[in-house]
Amino acid sequence: MTSAIAQQPRDAAGNRLITRSLAERASNVVSMTRRNLVHISREPMQLSDVTIQPVLFTVLFVYIFGGGAIPIPNGGSYTDFILAGLLALNLTTSTMGTAVGLATDLHEGIIERFRVLPMWRPAVLVGRSLADLLTASLCALVVAVTGLAVGWRTSANPLPIIAGFALVLFFAYSLSWVAACVGLNSKSPESAASFGFIVLFPLAFVSNALVPTQHMPGWLQAIADWNPVSAVTAGARQLWDNPNPSASISAWPMQHPIEASLAWSVLILAVAAPLASRFFRRRTTE
Amino acid sequence: MADTMIEADGLVKNYGETRALGGVSFSVPAGSVLGLLGPNGAGKTTAVRILTTLALPDAGRARVAGIDVLAHPAAVRKQIGVAAQDATLDGLLTGRQNLVLVGELSGIRGAPARTRAAELLELFELADAADRVVKGYSGGMRRRLDLAASLLTRPPVLFLDEPTTGLDPVSRQRVWDVIRELIGSGVTVLLTTQYLDEADALADRIVVVNHGQVIAEGKPHELKERSRSAHVEVTLAEPRPEAAEVIAPLVGGRVSVSADGLHLGAAVDSAPGLATALVRALDQAGMLVDNIEVRQPSLDDVFFALTGAVIPGDTNGSGAKGTGAGQPGQGAATAERESEGAQA
Repeated sequence: MTSAIAQQPRDAAGNRLITRSLAERASNVVSMTRRNLVHISREPMQLSDVTIQPVLFTVLFVYIFGGGAIPIPNGGSYTDFILAGLLALNLTTSTMGTAVGLATDLHEGIIERFRVLPMWRPAVLVGRSLADLLTASLCALVVAVTGLAVGWRTSANPLPIIAGFALVLFFAYSLSWVAACVGLNSKSPESAASFGFIVLFPLAFVSNALVPTQHMPGWLQAIADWNPVSAVTAGARQLWDNPNPSASISAWPMQHPIEASLAWSVLILAVAAPLASRFFRRRTTE
Repeated sequence: MADTMIEADGLVKNYGETRALGGVSFSVPAGSVLGLLGPNGAGKTTAVRILTTLALPDAGRARVAGIDVLAHPAAVRKQIGVAAQDATLDGLLTGRQNLVLVGELSGIRGAPARTRAAELLELFELADAADRVVKGYSGGMRRRLDLAASLLTRPPVLFLDEPTTGLDPVSRQRVWDVIRELIGSGVTVLLTTQYLDEADALADRIVVVNHGQVIAEGKPHELKERSRSAHVEVTLAEPRPEAAEVIAPLVGGRVSVSADGLHLGAAVDSAPGLATALVRALDQAGMLVDNIEVRQPSLDDVFFALTGAVIPGDTNGSGAKGTGAGQPGQGAATAERESEGAQA
């Protein structure tokens, strides 16, 4: 055992360095992701916000607002218009799961076990975000199938269709790191859940996701047109050849929705991921 | 192998206004078991948390397996196994999944992790419950699974924080058996406990802590010798409250009388022929003696002698022994009240 210690690499001052190969880190991430998926399989109701909610929202919006109550500027069917918006809405609000999941982890004894294991600690966060990306993908699938069932159609080629889903999923992934920051600063899983209602729902609704922003008061439209959710939604509409009334709005993100949503996602990820890692360290230091 | 596997040097830790540790030092030689003994809130868990990289001290140094805990916490984590006071398990995973996860996160993957997990489940008599979700485990099962998790990587240094607190006597005995086997395998163990009989049964050396300070240190028998007084208990054939006055001059201290008037107890200095003298005196006063017992001091007496206080919540601790003899600390407190009542 002493020899094992002696073999460890040392820095210039002779201090032992613990280096972890990429394979070790990846393995830790896989273990943590699998653990979170097992959790979901034990409590399938955790999935309701990515399975039942999207079905409910799709059916509600298409049948309540789809009958001509909301005119689409430049024409087109409301059903074709709303689908990208429903995808963005559902994936945005589902990131609440990351906040609640991490807040729950911090409350369970298992976090203490993780802290005394020689593991790559960020795997706790990365594994959580990857498991949530997988459930978000399931959510996207549910939205697509429900959409097809209620009459959503696209004339785009398979590649742009997939790119549209990827665009929204990437945004949701970056947003889940913001949710992680919230979860790591929450006193309890319940207070983490309130983040969804206070931040995520307004974020999703004050956008072009459900109604064209042309219908909003001027000041609200200005906010909505610069809301990342609007860029993501418009980007998916453009890729899917679906009605995209935002194309006639002069705000830069609405003129370049794909570039804008990628830029938003990268920016959010670049700020939130290191911040989450710092919060995690602070939260687990005493 | 380093000669000293665990070393705490002047550890100080404050939580807000509360001083959890006020400069605690101790060391554990390789292959031995140190019992860190003290009542609730004495600072035992804080010391363990610092040594296991979970908490940073405000002052002092700590080394584990020759590695500086503050400078190289990640390296320390490769050398230690930790069984915390509150079982640190994933309630939604099965027992087996918990152990495999711990293995994977410690660098043991695939078949070796599964084999080791199965081996430990067998050892801790959890094989039948291995594929059940841990949320449904009893307290004793959780504790055993937590111990199993701490042993997964066969670490050379083990920290067991109150491994039997809250367990029923049977589970407690099983945990003791497992710990005894471990000790035989050459690992270095730091064991915290509020149970004196536990420290007596498992530890090579004992460090007594109270209010964040080390108040005594030594081998179990050395500590016992420090509190010189023995304890005598007399059982009469029929209730005779005045018996206390008869033996008081012989024991040179206060005599307690039980509520039913049948049992007398007193702290005494061991002297040759004491039992004979007591029986003779009672016989001359016309009292029949059913039983007399002169008991050597237990660790509870030691704690009482060192701190002048009874150990809070020790009633559970003596449960496994199944006799009241394990808790003379409390007995002593009762005795004083009772003898006052008897004299009045």
